[in-house]
Amino acid sequence: MAGLLEVEALGMRFGGLVAVDGVSLQVNSGEVVSIIGPNGAGKTTVFNCISGFYRPTSGQVRLQGELIAGLPSHRVARKGLVRTFQNVRLFRNMTVVENLLVAQHTRTDTNLFSGLLKLPRFRRLEAEALERAALWLRLVGLRELANREAGYLAYGQQRRLEIARCMVTGPRLLLLDEPAAGLNPRETAELDQLILQLRTEHGVSVLLIEHDMKLVMAISDRIVVIDHGRPLATGTPEQIRRDPAVIKAYLGEA
Amino acid sequence: MSEGVLHFLQQVINGLALGSIYALIAIGYTMVYGIIGMINFAHGEIYMIGAYLGIMVIVGLGALGVSLIPLILLLALLVSMLITSAHGWTLERVAYRPLRGSPRLVPLISAIGMSIFLQNYLQLAQGARNVAIQPLISGGWRFGPEQGFQVYLSYMQVLIAVVTVIAMAGLTLFIGRSRLGRACRACSEDRGMTNLLGIDSDRVIAVTFVIGAALAAIAGVLVSLYYGVVHPYMGFIAGLKAFTAAVLGGIGSIPGAMLGGVVLGLTESFTSAYLSTEYKDVVAFSLLVLILLFRPTGLLGKPDLEKV
Amino acid sequence: MALRLPNAADLRAALIAAGLTTVLTIPILGIDITVVGINARLSSDLGAPLIAVAAVFVARLLHAPLAAALGGFGALRLLPSAERMAGYRRPVLLVLIAILLLWPFATSRGAVDIATLALIYVMLGLGLNIVVGFAGLLDLGYVAFYAVGAYSYALLTDYFGLSFWTCLPIAGLLAAAFGCALGFPVLRLRGDYLAIVTLGFGEIIRLLLNNLDSLTGGPDGIGNIPKPTLFGLEFNRRASEGYTPFHEFFGIPYDGGQKVIFLYLLAALLVLVTLYAINRLIRMPMGRAWEALREDEIAARSLGLNPTSIKLSAFTLGATFAGFAGCFFAARQGFINPESFTFIESAIVLAIVVLGGMGSQMGVILAAVALTVLPELARQFEEYRMLIFGLVMVLMMIWRPQGLLPARRVRVELP
Repeated sequence: MAGLLEVEALGMRFGGLVAVDGVSLQVNSGEVVSIIGPNGAGKTTVFNCISGFYRPTSGQVRLQGELIAGLPSHRVARKGLVRTFQNVRLFRNMTVVENLLVAQHTRTDTNLFSGLLKLPRFRRLEAEALERAALWLRLVGLRELANREAGYLAYGQQRRLEIARCMVTGPRLLLLDEPAAGLNPRETAELDQLILQLRTEHGVSVLLIEHDMKLVMAISDRIVVIDHGRPLATGTPEQIRRDPAVIKAYLGEA
Repeated sequence: MSEGVLHFLQQVINGLALGSIYALIAIGYTMVYGIIGMINFAHGEIYMIGAYLGIMVIVGLGALGVSLIPLILLLALLVSMLITSAHGWTLERVAYRPLRGSPRLVPLISAIGMSIFLQNYLQLAQGARNVAIQPLISGGWRFGPEQGFQVYLSYMQVLIAVVTVIAMAGLTLFIGRSRLGRACRACSEDRGMTNLLGIDSDRVIAVTFVIGAALAAIAGVLVSLYYGVVHPYMGFIAGLKAFTAAVLGGIGSIPGAMLGGVVLGLTESFTSAYLSTEYKDVVAFSLLVLILLFRPTGLLGKPDLEKV
Repeated sequence: MALRLPNAADLRAALIAAGLTTVLTIPILGIDITVVGINARLSSDLGAPLIAVAAVFVARLLHAPLAAALGGFGALRLLPSAERMAGYRRPVLLVLIAILLLWPFATSRGAVDIATLALIYVMLGLGLNIVVGFAGLLDLGYVAFYAVGAYSYALLTDYFGLSFWTCLPIAGLLAAAFGCALGFPVLRLRGDYLAIVTLGFGEIIRLLLNNLDSLTGGPDGIGNIPKPTLFGLEFNRRASEGYTPFHEFFGIPYDGGQKVIFLYLLAALLVLVTLYAINRLIRMPMGRAWEALREDEIAARSLGLNPTSIKLSAFTLGATFAGFAGCFFAARQGFINPESFTFIESAIVLAIVVLGGMGSQMGVILAAVALTVLPELARQFEEYRMLIFGLVMVLMMIWRPQGLLPARRVRVELP
């Protein structure tokens, strides 16, 4: 059965260094899939290949059947695949709401004359964009901070903003790179809720990289384990928990 | 040998002489860029100062009655290198060091400002018009048939080649063998780490500027001997072309600067001869644009990958 | 604020600095090369070097004590920060517009003429501000588009007899086309490389203008460029065949000043239109995209923003305004040649943008006016103009890199 995202035998080398070798995974519509693995395993490199920031040296990536490997990052984003970053990348000097407006660039009227003359269509699309921004800010609990500079937000709030910014583009697949890093347990629980909410209420599928096992086990439909750039195991949380190879990689030889 | 071949040979000779000059200047650009990632816009003016100093020494010694050419040459080179290096050192200390760590645009504007300042400083101090002197070294060898085109290899051209080779050899030895040279190489790879290892990167950077200035001074002296003319704005075009040479060879790479200089010199020479002299500058700049478009890392450079 | 006396360390530093200055200035400032026929000799005049050495010595000696007394030279605290000045915006703006419109009727012809020149640089500065200030692209060849605009008008009017008003939009469009053509291949280059490539383009354009004699008139340029008319009314004593001069139409005596005032008001109009357009642009998705791309290109790409087309839009729009300015410049001068379009012009406009405060429209306007007017006020220093200009560029970068009036962000607010 064809999935929303299909990654087949993905490979990425940098000169002599092999960062990713033969990673395959699949995300079906409405699923939450997690990628886990020790540090330096190549997880973010996989993300970069999927989202168009790197051009993979081998393998295939398909989004809804369409080949996207090697496409530039902005083209991939326009096809409905958006991502967050390990170190939150917000537009720090812009306000919270402006961050969300920029994200809707492809959904607003970018015609030069329309904007210069403030034609009705322009004004309508701008208003719609503002409303959509307000909606998402409410959903992630940042409505009161709408006019504050993004750089001034607390870390947890910045992470939520980054997710809201992704959602406002109306994506089909959301790639989250260590969304729980640096969050306290309460914030992590909220993130848990948010991701599930995104899946059920907003029809978005999620692929995430995480180290926080509690979160991963709680929300994932399936887990993919990567070590040294190679796939180690794939399965449900239960299966992964009991997989000997995984245990060995994480805890060392018993 | 047919006339066509001789003609071609002449262009090669001219091109190599010109290319040597470009190479000497280009090294200054490439070393500075390699170590602090900055384009020293005022480097062309440093070369220009070197040329002026060369002329001064030549004229001064001539007025004193000194006529031993090797002595004049040696003194011109030494004095020019010394004083030009002082200018280079001061330039870095005053206009660039305070701006280390600022966003890219800031030191670039400062460099452009210094370039304009130095051009006008020289213009006010030495006059806006060309200063022309009698060529010190004239004559050369001729090859070819009795009637018809003869290839002319001037003594000056040979001198340029010899001096350039010596300078390049000296530089290569310095960079490769000396402690300071090693420090230079380390600094251009990873300045932070070099600092942590106890090497004063400020000093290394200053040395880089000094070396670049010294080589530019050599180029300046050679040019003042070769053409016999200097003027305050000669640094602008020469600087731009030398920068082209540096980029052509791969910015940050010293062998690249040497190669780029030679390639540019030959290109200019051939364009001049086979196309038109008016368009040689256009061709040089077009070459710059093309290289940056299609192979920005140059002939000998390594492509860099951005980390996301 | 206790001023301490210079100590031994200060003395040592001052002596070293003075020594260095001696080495630097004696050859360049102190020695003159005189060439008479085939004889050349040197002569020395140690007056200037001596002054320089003394000045450097004293300055270095007092540098540390002064710094200690003033609590560091810091950012020149003479000028207030952006936030403090925000409150004064409205009234200041109105006063400025009033001055703008009333100026020609209150001052001499010479002053109006200089003001017109300043307005040209304001336009150029605002245009380059889009490229450098908003989109963060380093363009060192901006003068090329200025030249395209000027030569477009000159050639179109020469070959096809088109009027200024017809040529104005065409000049803008042609400049935009050049901007697009030049920008498309180069905008993916990294900062420094982009700067050099644009510089190269600028030089190539100038060299082509110089060499394509048959088309552009070469170094001699193009002359007899007609002035703009007001709905067909010419501002001459006698109009050309079939046209009425301005003064006859209104039944007033001819005065050379009418032309000058008309040109000034025309420039003012162009500047106001430019300001309107730019203020719209920064409130549009395109303006937001420029800022986002400048802040974090990777994040912008991840949201579907195409960096090349966004940079291209900034580049092209910037070029368009330069085209308008060039067209007006040609009309005002009546004569153009490649000498008006050298790299120095690009450097001056860049200086205006950077010294005014990148991204700051008020700053750019202030810097453009200052850079045009100050040299006129200090006429006796004419020959030192460029020297001081270069020095100011360096000093501003060291002391106040954010510019005279740092940009104030326009925010979109959610109620």
